[in-house]
Amino acid sequence: MSDTSNKNKSLFADETIDGQIATLNLGPTHPATHGIFQNVLTVDGEKILGSVQTVGYIHRAFEKLAERRPYNQITPITDRLNYCSSPINNMGWEMTMEKLIGVTVPKKVDYMRVIIMELARVADHLVCNSVIGVDTGALTGFTYMFQQRELIYELYEEVCGARLTTNIGRIGGFERDFSPTFHVKLKKFLKEFNKHFQEFDDLLLRNRIFMDRTIGAGPISGERALDYGFTGPNLRAAGVDYDVRVMTPYSSYEDFDFIIPVGTQGDTYDRFCVRQEEIRQSMKIIEQAYNNMPEGSYFSPDVPEFYLPTKADVYTKMEALIYHFKIVMGETPVPVGEVYHAVEGGNGELGFHLISDGGRTPYRLQFRRPCFIYYQAYPEMITGQTISDAVLTLSSLNVIAGELDA
Amino acid sequence: MSNLTNETVLARLQEKFGDAIRNHEEPYGLLTIEIQAEKAHDLIAWLKADDVLKMSFLTLIGAVNFPNDKDRELCVNYHIHSLSHNVRLRIRAFLPIENPTIKSIRDIYIGADWQERETYDFFGVIFEGHPNLTRILNEDSMDYFPMRKEYHLEDATREDKDDRYFGR
Repeated sequence: MSDTSNKNKSLFADETIDGQIATLNLGPTHPATHGIFQNVLTVDGEKILGSVQTVGYIHRAFEKLAERRPYNQITPITDRLNYCSSPINNMGWEMTMEKLIGVTVPKKVDYMRVIIMELARVADHLVCNSVIGVDTGALTGFTYMFQQRELIYELYEEVCGARLTTNIGRIGGFERDFSPTFHVKLKKFLKEFNKHFQEFDDLLLRNRIFMDRTIGAGPISGERALDYGFTGPNLRAAGVDYDVRVMTPYSSYEDFDFIIPVGTQGDTYDRFCVRQEEIRQSMKIIEQAYNNMPEGSYFSPDVPEFYLPTKADVYTKMEALIYHFKIVMGETPVPVGEVYHAVEGGNGELGFHLISDGGRTPYRLQFRRPCFIYYQAYPEMITGQTISDAVLTLSSLNVIAGELDA
Repeated sequence: MSNLTNETVLARLQEKFGDAIRNHEEPYGLLTIEIQAEKAHDLIAWLKADDVLKMSFLTLIGAVNFPNDKDRELCVNYHIHSLSHNVRLRIRAFLPIENPTIKSIRDIYIGADWQERETYDFFGVIFEGHPNLTRILNEDSMDYFPMRKEYHLEDATREDKDDRYFGR
């Protein structure tokens, strides 16, 4: 017979279900965690009392890998940081290298880069904002906006043949000029995007349910955000107008007319609104860059020892064959030096700290990864909030596991 | 935006910290100073509080291993940014690998927390005063610091990519 002496005892120490503190694992693999990272929440009912995060589940040692790769072969590593906007990472790295070797690329390359980088920003923000919608239960906007992201991916495909891990561009420029199909597709995209985007805007921006769910969810003050090292849309939503494109212009950003949207509360709704406006501003920048595209070369002729020659040249010209071999084998002379270059990534300041000892691979390469910076503020932002707020806060911070764990 | 230049920043730093600033350079325009490791915390705290420089944004913390540099094998880098003046500063502190200890700046910037943990995880730099200096990206049971130069990525028996074969 079983022991029945405890039969009537409550399962809970204090005899009531009220005031019970529970531990809840949100993740590591949970649809709401947007990647593989674990949050151990201490909850009182729906209310979060505290949280501890664990990261590193997909750590792939990118910085160590970079120490054994020739400079050209590091671009594919950068793809895999924030994979929602890979081209920005690619070009940030290429610009870092150009800074190290002291090369100025033609104006046309700058403008082409701006177009690709802003398309990437639009794609990144579209994913983030439509996923905020999904986390409030609104799937429609997500399906609409993924169609637009698909069109951007088709544009990437026209430039480099890849969609997600793009490897767009080269040190010194682009592999080839934009194809005629690219022009057709880009014009169509520029013409039609705003109409579809407006639909998404109408769906959520003034939607009572959406506003109730997101206003006040996961707030952070500007001062606190700065203390944590926030940059990008998450900092701007808290009211600080820091944008690398404006503060330290690169790739001819100073030529374009655009504004930096800022929020006031630093909550999920503000982060959503800031990204919505940034998408509009990015489209404006793309239009300006496309309409004023300078004539000239799509690569810098000053760096044949870094710029991979075309296959046609490799097969027919001795010089090109030699350069091709030397570049692929990583046998190109690199100056000794230490350089830090930052770009405004989809998520904030993406920095590259590169130390070269003149060898064929970097002596040390460190990435400043904005997601890594944001995520440590997460417990503070969700304490006192509900579990559903925690999910929304996470999606609005746009923490991408690839960049977080590097 | 003001006209704060690297020269102004350096002069003010030297006036305040004197000989603690061992040397300085400007690689690619970024003012880089070397500070005695024991003074790094004070310098960063002062930079944040100083009303003139207003260097109150921590961009990055990282380390580099120079195994052949006796008693200076580990270099800790801090990137500090003045958002008001848009001037950046890199601060370096060298540590001996036998005792790679430096004061934590988590009390100055809360954002230093994870970056110091990451630096500890990969290089073994001990940040004194850090409340939770544990591994962050690697497994807890790991007993070495993988970003140090003594750990190679490739199979040590492979020689086909050895620099000697490429004239270096």
